[in-house]
Amino acid sequence: MNEDEILSQIAAAADLDALESVRIALLGKSGSISALLKTLGGMAPEQRQAEGPRINGLRVAATDAIAARKAALEAAALDARLATERLDMSLPAPATPRGSVHPVSQVMDELAEIFADMGFAVATGPEIEDQWHNFTALNMPETHPARAMHDTFYLKAAEGDEPKVLRTHTSPVQIRTMTSQKPPIRIIAPGRVYRSDSDATHTPMFHQIEGLVVDKGIHLGHLKWTLETFLKAFFERDDIVLRLRPSYFPFTEPSVEVDVGFSIEKGKRVLGGTGEWMELLGSGMVHPRVLRACGIDPDEYSGFAFGVGVDRLAMLKYGMDDLRAFFDGDNRWLKHYGFGALDVPTLSAGVGA
Amino acid sequence: MKFTLSWLKEHLDTNATIDQVADMLNAIGLEVEGIENPAEKLSAFRIARVLTAAPHPQADKLQVLSVDAGDGPLQVVCGAPNARAGLVGVFGAPGAVVPANGMVLKVAAIRGVESNGMMCSVRELELGDEHDGIIELPEDAPVGASFAGYAGIDDPVFDVAVTPNRQDCMGVRGIARDLAAAGLGTFKPLAVPDIAGSGPSKIEIRTDDREGCPAFYGRTISGVTNGTAPEWMARRLKAVGQRPISTLVDITNYVMLDLGRPSHAYDMAKLTGPIVARRATEGETVTVLNGKTFTLTPDMTVIADANEVHDIAGIMGGEHSGIADDTTDVLLEIAYFTPERIAKTGQTLALTSDARTRFERGVDPAFLNDAVAILTGLIVEHCGGTPSMVVRAGTPPLDARTLTYDPLLCARLGGIDVQPDRQRVILESLGFGVAGDWTITIPSWRRDVDGAADLVEEVVRITGLDNIMSTPLPRADGVARPTATPVQKVERRVRRTAAARGLNEAITWSFVSETEAAAFGGGDWTLANPISEELKVMRPSLLLGLLSAAQRNLRRSADSVRLFEIGRRYLADKEHPTASVVLAGERSGRGWATGKAQAFDAFDAKAEALALLEAAGAPIENLQVMGEAGTHYHPGQSGTLRLGPKTVLASFGMLHPATAKAFDLGGAVAACEVYLDAVPAKRSGGFMRPAFAPPALQVVRRDFAFLVPADTASDVLARAVKGADKAVITEARLFDVFTGTGVPEGQKSLAVEVTLQPAERSFTEEELAAIAAKVVAAAAKLGATLRG
Repeated sequence: MNEDEILSQIAAAADLDALESVRIALLGKSGSISALLKTLGGMAPEQRQAEGPRINGLRVAATDAIAARKAALEAAALDARLATERLDMSLPAPATPRGSVHPVSQVMDELAEIFADMGFAVATGPEIEDQWHNFTALNMPETHPARAMHDTFYLKAAEGDEPKVLRTHTSPVQIRTMTSQKPPIRIIAPGRVYRSDSDATHTPMFHQIEGLVVDKGIHLGHLKWTLETFLKAFFERDDIVLRLRPSYFPFTEPSVEVDVGFSIEKGKRVLGGTGEWMELLGSGMVHPRVLRACGIDPDEYSGFAFGVGVDRLAMLKYGMDDLRAFFDGDNRWLKHYGFGALDVPTLSAGVGA
Repeated sequence: MKFTLSWLKEHLDTNATIDQVADMLNAIGLEVEGIENPAEKLSAFRIARVLTAAPHPQADKLQVLSVDAGDGPLQVVCGAPNARAGLVGVFGAPGAVVPANGMVLKVAAIRGVESNGMMCSVRELELGDEHDGIIELPEDAPVGASFAGYAGIDDPVFDVAVTPNRQDCMGVRGIARDLAAAGLGTFKPLAVPDIAGSGPSKIEIRTDDREGCPAFYGRTISGVTNGTAPEWMARRLKAVGQRPISTLVDITNYVMLDLGRPSHAYDMAKLTGPIVARRATEGETVTVLNGKTFTLTPDMTVIADANEVHDIAGIMGGEHSGIADDTTDVLLEIAYFTPERIAKTGQTLALTSDARTRFERGVDPAFLNDAVAILTGLIVEHCGGTPSMVVRAGTPPLDARTLTYDPLLCARLGGIDVQPDRQRVILESLGFGVAGDWTITIPSWRRDVDGAADLVEEVVRITGLDNIMSTPLPRADGVARPTATPVQKVERRVRRTAAARGLNEAITWSFVSETEAAAFGGGDWTLANPISEELKVMRPSLLLGLLSAAQRNLRRSADSVRLFEIGRRYLADKEHPTASVVLAGERSGRGWATGKAQAFDAFDAKAEALALLEAAGAPIENLQVMGEAGTHYHPGQSGTLRLGPKTVLASFGMLHPATAKAFDLGGAVAACEVYLDAVPAKRSGGFMRPAFAPPALQVVRRDFAFLVPADTASDVLARAVKGADKAVITEARLFDVFTGTGVPEGQKSLAVEVTLQPAERSFTEEELAAIAAKVVAAAAKLGATLRG
């Protein structure tokens, strides 16, 4: 029996069973190669010298060929099985609901990030506020016409109690901060505020963010820098230009209305440049009477404050045009204007998303 | 506050252009809200003479005119009855737009006759209501000239927002003073006629309420003839949106707008002396000029005669004694009312008027005598009559008010270095007196100024805020310090966890309707003046808004709604930060692999509650599930998650069908509420974590199945099993619940997988048997028996 015959027998095995039969016929106890190996014992040394390597060679060749054939047959069998397991990979994968963060929350996070870099902490206060914090301490005594300026929601109160109000601005947080901590103070106070007003650009509930700095030597120049710096960072544009106009708020003196330059691109207001102006926020130096009401000596300290609509900032940055939709909870709107869970504003990546 | 450019120039000598005036107004704090020139829309209309007028061949009511508008004869068809040869009127050529209807004039055939434009009526040009015929101008009106220029309506109207502190700018003269101070022109002196009057007032004038009406000046004017105001006055009043009424009324209105000084004129024929400023008596009523009747209280100051109230002081005059066309004898009232009184009365009555707006902000207390003279002069000039001598009852508060000022404060507060000399010039031009030692005397009309900071504002706004240089806030060394509070960090983590779990953040109204609140046991806070019944009660739960939003979404055919909100619940004690979730519609839609659509169940809500609690830092493995989630939940499919028996951290479950119905929601709705302020604050222990020490040996798992009474909470069993041998049992996880064949009635089978962690060496069979015995014993205390 020569090697070629052996190899062709192995190669001819069509499946694993046939291959096993060939293996037994060759290498099994009574296989032909096994039989040849047994003959070696009875040979003369010279003959064994010659026959030994040949017979062993046959055994190795047969063993290797069987292993190779086995691997090939197994691979073919696996291929055949896999072929039967084919699925239509264009079928839809299981749907995973996509969550979102409301633009107001996102913008508040953006603002917190920017102001943190400027050393501002975040402060909060109640929304159901007493009139002292909302008005009186802010230099709006009872008959002050400015008190009527704010279309205030009053809460029902027991006979004899002064009715509380829904805060008309975030400014009472200024008072709560100044009465509870000593200068230097740098805070922002974001939150819900309420005014009895309703149309496409006014809702009875909206969001404001208040800023307050009290320290020695603070003046309008610091206010201007702070607003410029924050707006440039928020809109991620270096060409933000502010126009300051004298105005009146009872709790600031001097009071400053701040306009920002914008242009119209594709029907939307885009901030930057000095093409046109729009009112953006109110601000000013904290009124000495407000400082005094909070136990801070206006001869030693001065400060500035500003308040800006968060919803408005969101609209200007991300292009919504109807404020009412902010509070409707429409899935489609939330998915369209909302933000991904991982869109966490950071300074290194830019606060916008 | 509206005024025209020509009106402004009565008080300000200036050559400034419209744009320069507007820019300066904005720069000094008088915000321009609009500028409109009525002449612009009339620019195409010219003065024309009708040369000939002939009947229209096809129509009785029409005429064919030949019109000369400066460029020679044009044929025009006209239907006006007064059209005739020789008439000088106003002509609109083809291309002109008729202001009243927006029609573009063009050459057209009217009943077969060509017409090249239109002769216009007053109404067509929006100059008035008359439409009886075309406008007739004087014979000598310049043919071909612009009609707007000729008629004096080429006069831009400024609309300026006057801030509430600047009463002095609620008259044109005050605005002129500010502009002059800013360098836009020269402030003209005010002409005050010298009118002595003759004879005593025909009626006694008194103030019996010195607190509410410190001064009541007045005089009677006899034998006046009321009529229509002079053309120039009527034109200005119309330009600023006031309807001319009659000469006497218009004069008081004009002086109010011109000089910021309200006054009131009474028809003497309707008064029975004496006329007195006094407190109203309780329940007294008056019907005022807007036709409404008000019931008054003793807190309010009124002007009354012997019989009745004729005027709610400083706010609105009475209908009964108002000026009529046939009024012949007039009582003129120029009073000073205490601003706070006017404000309070106006607020109580919810009655606004131009007079109130000025009086409650404080009119110039030094401008009573001149106002009397100016008003009298105008009345005598235009209505004739004989004025009496002036009666001066009481005295206005005229005490000089002074401040000490340090010019350095301007730089310290305003951030602009303005030379002291320049500051002095600015203050003086605004009417302030500046002494050598910088004692500042405040002008009587500047009630808003009462501190040094106010003077800084004056200097800064006149200097121009553009001059403020941006100055960086001092910055702490190094990178910015963290500033978020623990509460804020919790909210942020919860928010982004929820979003990562596929929930959409909504923001819903803080207030809800009474009906909605009632479905949640009612609210603790109700608005006294809600904007609508829908937004009336402060929400006791965030679910209210979310359920309404879910309902709207489903109605808009959304398949699945997963909303969350982080906000406050408004309870009697305080406002509670809360995160809430509503799951409605399908959890998963029908699918090729999963079959039918799946609805949400209570365990979806539980999963969200636990995930949000974990994000908030709650020790969720220690929480117990208990009942009493609230009446808005399904009583058998809801629960609370508690830390200890009393501290409720969250509630969750299926919504009660009755609650769902109250919100018009069908189908299964799951919800949870996470009480963020109940979660104990995380203790900060630095950043270092304990060393990583994985056990050397593999864990061993053993399953136990117990028969327990059907109402046993599986959680209680699992907890008992876990506690059976704390040294080695690291976990006891419930993996099967079964009732049916083989399980006795009233019982259920619970299967628990117990994980055992060997320490030094592997467990022996004896040890494992001992642990199993402890597990069975612990379960037995709950009435559980090992299933055979």
